[in-house]
Amino acid sequence: MMKQQIIVSGIGGQGVLFLTRVIAQVAVNRQLPVLTAETHGMAQRGGTVLSTIKVGDFASPLIRTGQADTGLLLWEANLEVHQGLLKTNGRLAVNATAPGPGERIDASGIARDLGSAVLANLVLLGLAVKQGILFCSAEECETAIRQLAPAKFVEQNLTAFQRGLSQQA
Amino acid sequence: MSETIQLLMGNEAIGQGLIEAGCQIAAAYPGTPSTEILQAVIDRRDQAAEPLHIEWSVNEKIAFEVALAASYTGKRSVAVMKQVGLNVAADPFMRTAYLGIKGGMLTIVADDPGPHSSQNEQDTRLFCLQARVPVLDPTSPAEAKRLVPLAFELSEKYEVNVVLRPTTRICHSRQNVELQPPVTLKRSADFRKDPTRWAATPAFLPALHRKLNANLEQIATEEPFQPEKTAGDGTRPRTALVASGIVYGHLVDLLDELDLTGCCDLFKVLMPYPLNPEFCRRLHDDYDRILLLEETYPVIELQLAHPGAVGKQTGDVPREGELTPDVIHTALAEFLELKMPEAAPAERRGQRPSLCPGCPHRAAFYSIKKCFPHGIFPSDIGCYTLGMNLGAVNTVHCMGACISQGAGFYQAYAQDDGEVPTIVVTIGDSTFFHAGIPALINAVIQQARIIVVILDNATTAMTGGQPVPHLGIAAGGGKTKAIPIEPLVKSCGVDFLEVCDPYDTEPFEALLKRADDFIRSDDGGVAVLISRHGCIMDREVRASQPAYRVTIDERCIGCRKCVDAFECPALQMDAETGKAVANRDRCIGCGVCIPVCPVDAIVKEDS
Repeated sequence: MMKQQIIVSGIGGQGVLFLTRVIAQVAVNRQLPVLTAETHGMAQRGGTVLSTIKVGDFASPLIRTGQADTGLLLWEANLEVHQGLLKTNGRLAVNATAPGPGERIDASGIARDLGSAVLANLVLLGLAVKQGILFCSAEECETAIRQLAPAKFVEQNLTAFQRGLSQQA
Repeated sequence: MSETIQLLMGNEAIGQGLIEAGCQIAAAYPGTPSTEILQAVIDRRDQAAEPLHIEWSVNEKIAFEVALAASYTGKRSVAVMKQVGLNVAADPFMRTAYLGIKGGMLTIVADDPGPHSSQNEQDTRLFCLQARVPVLDPTSPAEAKRLVPLAFELSEKYEVNVVLRPTTRICHSRQNVELQPPVTLKRSADFRKDPTRWAATPAFLPALHRKLNANLEQIATEEPFQPEKTAGDGTRPRTALVASGIVYGHLVDLLDELDLTGCCDLFKVLMPYPLNPEFCRRLHDDYDRILLLEETYPVIELQLAHPGAVGKQTGDVPREGELTPDVIHTALAEFLELKMPEAAPAERRGQRPSLCPGCPHRAAFYSIKKCFPHGIFPSDIGCYTLGMNLGAVNTVHCMGACISQGAGFYQAYAQDDGEVPTIVVTIGDSTFFHAGIPALINAVIQQARIIVVILDNATTAMTGGQPVPHLGIAAGGGKTKAIPIEPLVKSCGVDFLEVCDPYDTEPFEALLKRADDFIRSDDGGVAVLISRHGCIMDREVRASQPAYRVTIDERCIGCRKCVDAFECPALQMDAETGKAVANRDRCIGCGVCIPVCPVDAIVKEDS
């Protein structure tokens, strides 16, 4: 059975939880077992937050040092905090303007152009899917976004996702 | 795709389980990591087959007592809280063990090993051992849901309160969870009066205690809750791994990753108390060495008392903090004499949390600190604990403690000859209702001279915005009677009461100074200032206030006052220019920072 361990890292308010749910929903739709762990409470007030997603036959939602296959980083400064969770050959998608490790995209800048900084999460998801570093296809992500986003934000969310998907990395 | 399998957070799974099991009265006080359980019940109330009363109670003791009496009528009920909430509910909880219940009653207490968002990492399982209450320790969100109806059945069979204890990693994990249709129990309220039980005087308590102990012996052997054994392949004879809660899941994954699945016998303990004595005997007879993995206190280990067992009690497993997969890896490697994992890199905490940009609490704290640079600032539990970042929070203890602590500081300082520093207590509106009112009455009658600032943001913000009693909104959004704060404060005997929006810096600071004059006047006492401005997370609040385009112009001298002393996350230093800049993604344009700048470099335009 397919197995993938994913980390989603950011700071409170960036939509890490929504991004986590979209990815996990794809697994559910594909009838794959999935476990996530999320940060709630005090840290959500602008502090560093981390979600883990384990797709496939797992019993625990947490990821041990050096075991994550893929990392999505919405806050570049978290790289030094969470990079240790990745396998040595783990893949990264990073919301950043400057060059550095992993596939990079100015997701916040694109989101700002689209009118809302919180759309950076789906821009980054688009890049990750385009780079093939997640188990999900673009169509599966779009289905999950339609299921989870509030009706009036669905189109805007899909646009953000498409912008990430079509970006030259 | 099947609609009966949904991606649910552990707390949602538990809430769904409560609906499916026919729970008719659900009461809670919010607290991380438990909050979403009652919210999930609220969100699913239309699915309930029978009438369902849901309430955000004023505190956990009240939630427990409401659920308790409902159970006396034969209906199923639940009280939900976080681990420290059980301390608040301890009094009725302890007595309930002796008196029992009628309809199934669960107390769901969410523990927070780590802790991630709590003032300690106490273990509810140990609390249950002391209270003599059966406690279940689910290993996954799906299992937590599966246990809910079984726990109700156990509760009804023995007429005892049963505790379900998820931890943060169960509460806030999502998993594919199977839904079931809700049961219909067709129960009418039928309270059968029995003073020897429901009003038991000491004369009746030894018999009730005896009955409790007899029940516990039976409960320990109940089939659905027995430890589950996965037999090993015999390569490590007379060696066992015993785990409970989410730690069991971490262990299973770790064994798989290390290619050690089946390396020795593995036990999953679902009910850490009461532990079946037969299980303990078997472990004593069949194994020489046992590794015990449990969060957060050595509850199984203490009951097992096995000479070859290693765990927290022996110091082989860390006694503090969360048992993460990395921590377990080290413990397992030592126990099985494996290659030790590389030392994990020193844990980095990353970005610290802050009050949100535009948070009215920041405005209040900044003014308090500015007016009383040498003051003493007891505070309390909530978002506003983060006032620490502004140096305006000196103590944080437990719900409602700040007012009594403020009074205690006053009594100690007032005995001496020197000047008493200004004591400014900050307490949120929800915390004030929860446990602040008796403390305020006490401070008044003991003639403490302190300033109490009630940070009224019209919500329970930290936990995601549950209603507070002065709004007149019940759980689920229905209308109820509003209990305004001002008359309550007056009735507590407070003679100085003012209300001000902390966004209005000048009048707010003028009131703080007047309050200080009052507490130092001849007939001074407790002064209360209500700092009133809605939580900025509330969309309506945001929509109802002007949003300016805030920028920092060339006059900035790089003094960092706005970044350090005001501590708004939307303001940061530009490393290249050495000047402050406003981050457009995060600034909400409240403009409260403008008077903070000593050179008027922060400017606003209408946007």
